[in-house]
Amino acid sequence: MGAYILRRLLIAVPSLLGISLILFVVLAMAPGDPFGELASNPNVPPSVRAALRVKFGLDDPIFTRYLRWLWAMLHGDWGFSFASRVNVDALILQRLPTTLFVVGSSQVLALLVAVPVGLYAARRPYSLADQVANTLAFVGFSLPTFFTGLLFILLFSIKLGWLPFVYQADLPGSGLAWVWANVRQAIMPVAVLGFFQAASYTRYVRASALDVARLDYVTTARAKGLTEGTVTRRHIARNALIPVVTLVALQIPAVFGGAIVTEQIFRIPGIGSLLIDAMLANDTPVVMAVTFVFAGLVILFNLVADLLYGWLDPRIALR
Amino acid sequence: MAGSTLASPSVEAVPPARAPASPGRETWRRFRRHRLALVSVAVLAVLVAGVLVGGLVWPVAIDDIDFAAQLQGPSWDHPFGTDDLGQDLLARMIYGGRISLAVGFAAMAVACVIGVVVGALAGMSRRLLDPVLMWLTDLFLSLPQLPLLLLIIYLFRDSLKAVFGTQGGVFLMIVAVIGGLRWMPVARLVRAQFLTLREKVFVEAARSQGASPFHLVRRHILPNALGPVIVAASIEVSAAIIAESTLSFLGLGFPPDIPTWGRLLFDAKDHLDVAPHWALFPGGAIFLTVLSINFIGDGLRDALDPRRVL
Amino acid sequence: MDERDLRGLIGQVKSGHLSRRGFVQRMVALGLTAPLAGLMLAGNGVAMASDLRAGYRPTKAGGGGALKLLWWQAPTLLNPHFAIGTKDQEACRIFYEPLAAWDADGNLAPVLAAEIPSKENGGLAADGRSVVWRIKPGVTWHDGKPLTADDLVFTWEYARDPATAAVTTGSYKDCKVEKVDDLTVRVLFDKPTPYWSDAFVGNVGTVIPKHIFAPYAGAKSREAPQNLAPVGTGPYRFLEFRPGDIVRAERNPAYHLPNRPAFDTLEMKGGGDAVSAARAVLQTGEYDYAWNLLVEDEVLKRLETGGKGRVDVVYGGKLEFLLLNTTDPNVEVDGEKSSLKTKHPAFSDPKICQALNLLIDRKSIEDYIYGRTGRATANSVNGPERFVSKNTRFAFDPAKANALLDEAGWKKGADGIRAKDGKRLKLLFQTSINAPRQKTQAIIKQAAAKAGIEVELKSITGSVFFSSDPANPDTFPHFYADMEMYAFSMSQADPATWMLQYVSREAATKDNKWQGRNVARWRNPDYDALYTAAQTELDPVKRAALMIKANDLVVSENILPLIHRAEVSGVSAGLVAPRSGWDNDLSFLPEWSRDA
Repeated sequence: MGAYILRRLLIAVPSLLGISLILFVVLAMAPGDPFGELASNPNVPPSVRAALRVKFGLDDPIFTRYLRWLWAMLHGDWGFSFASRVNVDALILQRLPTTLFVVGSSQVLALLVAVPVGLYAARRPYSLADQVANTLAFVGFSLPTFFTGLLFILLFSIKLGWLPFVYQADLPGSGLAWVWANVRQAIMPVAVLGFFQAASYTRYVRASALDVARLDYVTTARAKGLTEGTVTRRHIARNALIPVVTLVALQIPAVFGGAIVTEQIFRIPGIGSLLIDAMLANDTPVVMAVTFVFAGLVILFNLVADLLYGWLDPRIALR
Repeated sequence: MAGSTLASPSVEAVPPARAPASPGRETWRRFRRHRLALVSVAVLAVLVAGVLVGGLVWPVAIDDIDFAAQLQGPSWDHPFGTDDLGQDLLARMIYGGRISLAVGFAAMAVACVIGVVVGALAGMSRRLLDPVLMWLTDLFLSLPQLPLLLLIIYLFRDSLKAVFGTQGGVFLMIVAVIGGLRWMPVARLVRAQFLTLREKVFVEAARSQGASPFHLVRRHILPNALGPVIVAASIEVSAAIIAESTLSFLGLGFPPDIPTWGRLLFDAKDHLDVAPHWALFPGGAIFLTVLSINFIGDGLRDALDPRRVL
Repeated sequence: MDERDLRGLIGQVKSGHLSRRGFVQRMVALGLTAPLAGLMLAGNGVAMASDLRAGYRPTKAGGGGALKLLWWQAPTLLNPHFAIGTKDQEACRIFYEPLAAWDADGNLAPVLAAEIPSKENGGLAADGRSVVWRIKPGVTWHDGKPLTADDLVFTWEYARDPATAAVTTGSYKDCKVEKVDDLTVRVLFDKPTPYWSDAFVGNVGTVIPKHIFAPYAGAKSREAPQNLAPVGTGPYRFLEFRPGDIVRAERNPAYHLPNRPAFDTLEMKGGGDAVSAARAVLQTGEYDYAWNLLVEDEVLKRLETGGKGRVDVVYGGKLEFLLLNTTDPNVEVDGEKSSLKTKHPAFSDPKICQALNLLIDRKSIEDYIYGRTGRATANSVNGPERFVSKNTRFAFDPAKANALLDEAGWKKGADGIRAKDGKRLKLLFQTSINAPRQKTQAIIKQAAAKAGIEVELKSITGSVFFSSDPANPDTFPHFYADMEMYAFSMSQADPATWMLQYVSREAATKDNKWQGRNVARWRNPDYDALYTAAQTELDPVKRAALMIKANDLVVSENILPLIHRAEVSGVSAGLVAPRSGWDNDLSFLPEWSRDA
């Protein structure tokens, strides 16, 4: 086991390097430049834009720029944002807590809803409860978050006036009132994201529980006279969780990466809004840093998922 | 359903008594039993027929601007109402449906096929192939989509246009882009299913009888791994329809004056308070499509399952 | 009205009993032009004290509570000389101030200057080669140090140094600034310069403190901690800044204007989209002010019915226009499409340009898309009033357009599309992605189709269209299309820089990496002569006449102005927020208050 983890981590280093090179090339070749906005300002002479490009090294060959980035990265220097001329790591650290709180709670909410509902629905397929759960799930993923977010705002902020729709990362105050204010402003974004995520999780849990339920060993367990509840918990749930583990492992990097659309709608100052702003402004160092960390997390959680498969189903041999 | 296992011995015993039904007919017989799946086939057929021949029944131009009829609700003149330029929404829904459905299905097919192939290969391989394919999956998962899309437009739009014409080139590119950027969850799901299934007793049994790996996958492992794939497929269709509209905002999709369901839904959002019909129709159409695909998928899986008897 | 009455009125303006605008309006009613009325006031020693300051009611500073501003694009830095977009300039104006700001009529209003330089007060040299600015005495920086001429000289040195990489460098590199005494500087030009009010004025003119930034001039400019924590002279002092999210400030107790500012704290929240920003002010009242509401008027009107706020519209120099390519985008010469060596197959004939101009239904575009937020126009220069041509007209006349097209030899074919010499009249029309633009495209396409012109629409994401990447053919300066549409702002109340974009030598080509400003590549020697003459004409009346003549020439062929667009904001009920379309929204922030 230990040897396996060590080997996987060793492989991760060249994988990450390879990914970083491809990321860098894609970003460097993608059209657009960080000083585009200056182009539509007649007061700024074109030579200023050209000088800025040279100063920030944008006109050097891609490979030189990549090596420069890699060298700086090895020294712990993440570069600085073209748009705000601030160090990238400072920008990311400022945004991270908000994203972890909002996107993290929505994932937890989604799992808390999806696993029991999915398992229950699978126990009695095509029953009334199953149909209701299914229909809600379909509504959930046929409506994009930009749409449900807006519906929530119209209903809860404008019609009813219950919840604020502009998120403030650093609300002043303390004590219970402060906690409540933070919870209040997070309700809508967490619900929008959670509902969307829970919808697909529910379907996956239900489908894989149904798959497992008809495998022979479950029939054997039933034949031994175990109660339906025990069979579900001990035999079905464990194996049915494998796809769920896969999906959650896919989603955890997203908890870091933020939710671009939802963060935009509710003005949540998280990583997602940082990333989209940086992309639209062609602020390459920020995009590169965020996606690089994201790639690291993808690789890490892929490994974690593989280890969890082994725990959920001991017959899966890890070599 | 739960009691259906009891019927199993009798059916298995009967075959010599009557002419064995061909596998296709057998599947169809089982599929017919699945009422929701049948209804879904009908719904989907109506949707497809509607967008294909609807233009003949409702020959109204999609881009007739009429400022006198802005944001009207459904009426006899405009059964689905109008948008903020007074354009007829039914005509736009019909026209857009062709693109949305075609993009949705084609992109879903691309994503699922790539995902299943990559996942199956990785799941069966016990050597080098698995880490390489998983590295590829990780790479695609980490690529930032927006700059990548802009790069793709920049590199390929003009050459595709030259080869396949404006509409054909755009369609191919959209399908390739959406499918090509969304297969990774399918691959990981399939691989995970394979990892556990390939160690199961019935697979061992088949292997010990000398079944080839291909036979193992096709007959024993894949059918049991399809559950998540079907769910993924139905999610992919709606995701692709929505993604198409996002692409046209990047200038990668169809030209801005061509309506698609996702685009109609997006355009409707600022008028949701006074013109809910504008969002209701495209939203409803996407929902119905997703719903029917999912039930058809469920029905197919049940019908294809060799051990299930209805 | 005789001379005595006039003198009386001017006296009322001097004593503050009649507003400047009121005076100008009366004179216009008598048949005088607004600029002439303005000159009358100036000639009688009435400094251009702006109206925008007249509406201020509070009798003491502070006590106004919190002012909550909502910007749907978030500021990313707080050094005005690095401000990439308007959003950054606006955030900087909370803390930093220029010597003078542009008021709503496009006149200068003193901020840190004691008065506006003029010939009368000896500020302007007769030869047009120098300007003397006197600083208001007693102004202090937020850290208590006094503002002196050294700060102005330093600001000039800082901004002009290429190593600093300041975006304002264009306003400072061609002049020289010298200290006369502690509160006076002289700006020197090497040739007669009628447009002397660029440096130290408006959004490029904010003054930064020497004692803070001196160690960070030049190559080290990025390292200054004050790039994120400004120390200025403005009405509010810095508290907190999170790039891309929020700016917080508190009242500056030592502010140099009496009884100002009115609010105790200020918060500028950024991000999101324009529609929901409008909602937060007009529908729920969560915020007091929403910036730049790029939303269709229909939607704004609906949100306004909530009664929590109103939409405020001011006009500056923002113009939405359509360019007809003078060169051929379909022929490649020396690796460059739309090369100067080619001629556009259709638009080289002025008749086709005129026909197209007649096919644009500007009235409908105004009525159904822009509403209160834009006015149909036929002019390139739409303000200040003294530069606006009265000679131009626009019309929507498909019949006349058809006749012109027939005349030019483009005959309708079997498919209803016109053709000439076997070439179909098919035009590619590109613009950036933005809902009103796509609707305008649809309206123009429909009218053109009826006249036998096939228009193919293309829309490009803004971050690509408005970039200056020489390798990307989709940017607006490449103009690899037959027609394109976008908006440009004349960001200062003088057309000097604006008119440069039509000069022949500015044509955007491969040789200058498409950095030239003349995107339509329209070349006209008469125009070039007018422009050159206007550059050195010191008589303001003659200069305005030259500019008007130049404008008329520009709009007669390939440049088709569409809409003079307003700066649109959402203002909560009870907030008094005077602003000028010629300067940043927050350029008169000290005058903002809440109605009691």
